[in-house]
Amino acid sequence: MKNRLPENVSEKIPFWRDIRVLRVLFQVIFLIGVVLLAGILYTNMLRGLRGLGLTLNLDFLNDEAGFGISEGIAYDPSDTYLKAFWVGVVNTVKVSIIGIACATILGLVVGIARLSSNWLVRNIAAIYIECFRNIPLLLQILFWYTTVILQLPSVRTSFTFFGSVFINQRGIYLPSPQPTSGMKIWLGCLAGGLIVAAILYLVRLRKLQQLEQPGFPAKWALPAFLLVALLGWFLTPGKPFTLELPALRGFNFGGGIHLSPEFSALLIGLVMYTGAFIAEVVRSGIQSVVRGQWEAARAIGLNEFQTLRLIVLPQAFRVIAPPLTSQYLNLTKNSSLAVAIGFPDLFNIGNTMMNQTGQSIPIFAMIMMSYLCISLTTSAYMNWYNRRINRIG
Amino acid sequence: MADLENSTDDSIIICEDVHKWFDDFHVLRGITTSFERAEKVVICGPSGSGKSTFIRTINRLETHQRGRIIVDGIELSDDLRNIERIRQEVGMVFQQFNLFPHLTVLENITLSPIWVKKTARSQAESEALALLERVGIEEHAHKLPAQISGGQQQRVAIARALAMQPRIMLFDEPTSALDPEMINEVLDVMRELAASGMTMLVVTHEMGFAREVADRIIFMDEGKIVEEAPPAVFFDNPQNERTQLFISQTLQH
Repeated sequence: MKNRLPENVSEKIPFWRDIRVLRVLFQVIFLIGVVLLAGILYTNMLRGLRGLGLTLNLDFLNDEAGFGISEGIAYDPSDTYLKAFWVGVVNTVKVSIIGIACATILGLVVGIARLSSNWLVRNIAAIYIECFRNIPLLLQILFWYTTVILQLPSVRTSFTFFGSVFINQRGIYLPSPQPTSGMKIWLGCLAGGLIVAAILYLVRLRKLQQLEQPGFPAKWALPAFLLVALLGWFLTPGKPFTLELPALRGFNFGGGIHLSPEFSALLIGLVMYTGAFIAEVVRSGIQSVVRGQWEAARAIGLNEFQTLRLIVLPQAFRVIAPPLTSQYLNLTKNSSLAVAIGFPDLFNIGNTMMNQTGQSIPIFAMIMMSYLCISLTTSAYMNWYNRRINRIG
Repeated sequence: MADLENSTDDSIIICEDVHKWFDDFHVLRGITTSFERAEKVVICGPSGSGKSTFIRTINRLETHQRGRIIVDGIELSDDLRNIERIRQEVGMVFQQFNLFPHLTVLENITLSPIWVKKTARSQAESEALALLERVGIEEHAHKLPAQISGGQQQRVAIARALAMQPRIMLFDEPTSALDPEMINEVLDVMRELAASGMTMLVVTHEMGFAREVADRIIFMDEGKIVEEAPPAVFFDNPQNERTQLFISQTLQH
């Protein structure tokens, strides 16, 4: 193993040419730069605060908020600022989750429609995508709010559907179920139905395994459960729950579920806008599956739906999942445009708190941390989902 | 069917004046021919001559716009039920293999028997394993397509097509995307299949295979059949000038 090497191989490299030294050196210089910049910003902030006579602490959060919030979880102006902030967090999470669910369904349908062989369907999808993707979201939300929802009929002349759904300029009113004394008996029936359904499900699963056929194992269990539920409904003395209908009380509707004009406009705006982007993501995902896959699937006799479900979508979802995650994050962050129409979301309430207390820095930090938490939770879930679909097959 | 003087009762595929256009481009310009049961036909010709398009019309991956195609008594039309029946009668092997990358070798083969023919899973699997043994790669049954070589992938693709127990097999340049040392393992499988009595239409540039296996060779140029003859006549005494040129160019190397 003793190869003769030239003598000068271990000659000392001057440090300004030594890659190992340079790598460390540059990182140290960068770090020093960052620390210096942060220091300058921090002292500048402290100087500004001293000028205003403010100190950095979170004590104000326990003070009485004293301002009203138009909608959200139970809250009273005499509650603390912390409680007010929490109302905003819940409102943001609520509009984000409902928005993500609706935008996903809309995007999936429109994305597939965009590739339809039907001229009309394909072009309607294309027009929708191009319109909503290319107009600023703020404009769209204001449009839905001021020119659609606020122009709806007044409370006394609202659009009525089946006598139970009312739409007017104060928002959308839906019936809400209210349990009665018969509820317990009916719940017992449901539990019984669940047991019957579970048994049928297992029997059918066993049968499918014996037949070794792909199939829907709940084919018997589902109708059986519905049957028991229905029987229970009629056998229960009185009704297990009643639908509380929204009713005109004085100058406004009461009872039922109320979606405010602000919430409705924000939700419609976010869903229509993000749905257009998701449709494009879905379309590009489906198109990323090469034509040969469709041809091979057809050549072995699979029909269009089976090809989409068994061959194309499983491959497309691997491509779709990462950009879909960013669309979900965008929707969440874009919900802060609620401030434009007065929906009391996280940012809107935070803004009011800043105006009242002057504690802009801690409140800004709290708002940022809240969005960060929501976004990181979303992407953690999507990353888990992405890993799972990539592991299968 | 006046101009089908060559078709007999034994014809499994009958094509009558088949035309196809891709927009303005006239790809197939009146193809009339027929194929007998268990016949092995090699289709060759320069690229762009329409030979791939022609065999793709036979399982309706491409539609023809004029003329008639009848496969095993089923007329190819826009009738969805006929198309579904044809796809079960006709197996196809592609140049780019087109295996499903997210499914294992075994799942690639059992997919169609299970979902289209409603065969029991265990039966479909044992049949698939038998097919894999026939093409010589049973040990790779649980691998993904990306984990095996091109030649092995193409043999899986043949097994996948055979799993539907087709009466006719179409091969669209099955060895063109393969490294040279893998061509023979695929051709061997095709030779064995030919010997078993399968009706085969093969688009290929493998002239050695054509001479050895084919009952008839069809030479196409510019969307027309220029010459069709048994291999001996085709290679040694071609009639058409265009065919002579093609043969002299392909046999040079």
